[in-house]
Amino acid sequence: MKAATHKKAPPRWQLRDSASTWRHFLSWLAGTMLVVWCFQIMTNETIWSFVYDAPRQAVDIGSRMLPPDWAYTRELLWPMWETINMATLGTLIGVVIAVPVAFLAARNTTPSALFIRPIALFVIVASRSINSLIWALLLVTIVGPGPLAGVFAIALRSIGFIGKLLYEAIEEIDERQVQAITATGASSPQIMAWGIVPQISPALAGITVFRWDINIRESTVLGLVGAGGVGMKLESALNTLAWPKVFMLLIAIFATVAVSEWISAKVRHKLL
Amino acid sequence: MSVHQDPTRWQRPPFIKSSLLRWALITGSLLYLLVGIGSLDINWVRIMQGGERGLRFVSGFLAPDFVSRGPDILNGFIESLTMTVTSTAAGVLLSIPVAVGAARNLSNKFFYLVCRAFIAVSRTLNEIIVAILLVAMFGFGPFAGFLTLTFATIGFMAKLLAEDMEEIQASQLEALKASGATFLQRLDFAVLSQVKPRLVGLSIYRLDINFRESAVIGIVGAGGVGATLNTAMDRYEYDSAAAIILIIIAIVFVAEYLSGMIRRHIK
Repeated sequence: MKAATHKKAPPRWQLRDSASTWRHFLSWLAGTMLVVWCFQIMTNETIWSFVYDAPRQAVDIGSRMLPPDWAYTRELLWPMWETINMATLGTLIGVVIAVPVAFLAARNTTPSALFIRPIALFVIVASRSINSLIWALLLVTIVGPGPLAGVFAIALRSIGFIGKLLYEAIEEIDERQVQAITATGASSPQIMAWGIVPQISPALAGITVFRWDINIRESTVLGLVGAGGVGMKLESALNTLAWPKVFMLLIAIFATVAVSEWISAKVRHKLL
Repeated sequence: MSVHQDPTRWQRPPFIKSSLLRWALITGSLLYLLVGIGSLDINWVRIMQGGERGLRFVSGFLAPDFVSRGPDILNGFIESLTMTVTSTAAGVLLSIPVAVGAARNLSNKFFYLVCRAFIAVSRTLNEIIVAILLVAMFGFGPFAGFLTLTFATIGFMAKLLAEDMEEIQASQLEALKASGATFLQRLDFAVLSQVKPRLVGLSIYRLDINFRESAVIGIVGAGGVGATLNTAMDRYEYDSAAAIILIIIAIVFVAEYLSGMIRRHIK
């Protein structure tokens, strides 16, 4: 085989040999088949006439949305304030809980790598896997509709996010500073306060602002399940098919999120 | 001029240097906390009543019920998983041209602005809001969810990929240009080959996010296990709800483990 190709001069440059070409081809084929198969299962019960009708529906809804109901803005100020409060207070509670969890989860600060670390990691994964909307759904049935459920939904979701990034930051600290503090005869809370905390506090501040920005975005929809904020207005506007109000709400949400993203980017830029 | 005295005790340098700004920030935040907590209008009576439900939910977690809503749960997860796979594939494929358009070194001004605007819209609008609009247009079911997640994936992937493409080595691009390669050939051999590891890593990460999101958008009718979960909560069937949540956590856990392995393998 090799001899045969050598005779056919000049050999054309190829990226891969034939075995590896086949392997690539077959894995792409398998991947494509998987996607097509999934698509077929997924669309088993799709009513295609609705899908073909979508452009007409889009034009229809679009024309109903225009012009946005500008006068509605006045009614949105209080829910917007509530939304921002939900995100901010939720982030704060999240930070307060996430910091100890992160210390328990980091390999170099955990009191017991065998028992406590897996529990802390489970808390982080559990909180990260469940979207704040699901937490809100749950909390609304427990503490009743209103912004309080939203605050705790945001907090529960933030623990995992902040905890994960923070424990990674703790694991990457410079151990020599810790050793230096230990060598002076410091107790373990002192080591924590003087050796570890100064190293991670910029990271913590950055992560917190980053999560706050995401939380603003998420808290705008928590009201859809009754957890307070501007989402409740959205829910009632959608239920009454008041499309101009919906459009106004979308503009307001878009503006708030854009501003919070700008603030978060500025602050993180300052911190780093 | 006062006599300068050397401090006898070392003090930690403050996080914020200007003391005026520091105190202004502290008082400001305390005031905000008071006002913010005051705006929550906490209904203690309702919370007391909810306590019993909360306990039932916790006990539901300890004894989750996978069986009585078994077929619904299975159906929901099949929808969620198929939506995840298809939307990630479609989103990643479509994000590549958008990313090329949004990379300053590969695109012209017009395409750059169009693609960046698209990315900004896709990233700012929450998946739930997009899902509501798409459900209104395309009808209930996983197809609307598939479109939602695809839309969100494009914005996410294109932004990060474009950043990566802007940071590639320009010399390779130039070398190919000098050899007379067409634009597509340049993309294939200079750009794509340099961003491939990032592309694979991000796709896997997005697969994970899409699965988590697919469990939520069902709440507004866009298919997936979220609808099942919503029904379970509405009926106060906390044991079934706990079962669904536990399965989601398990799948995310496994996915995270696998994706970590794959990413290490690529590196």
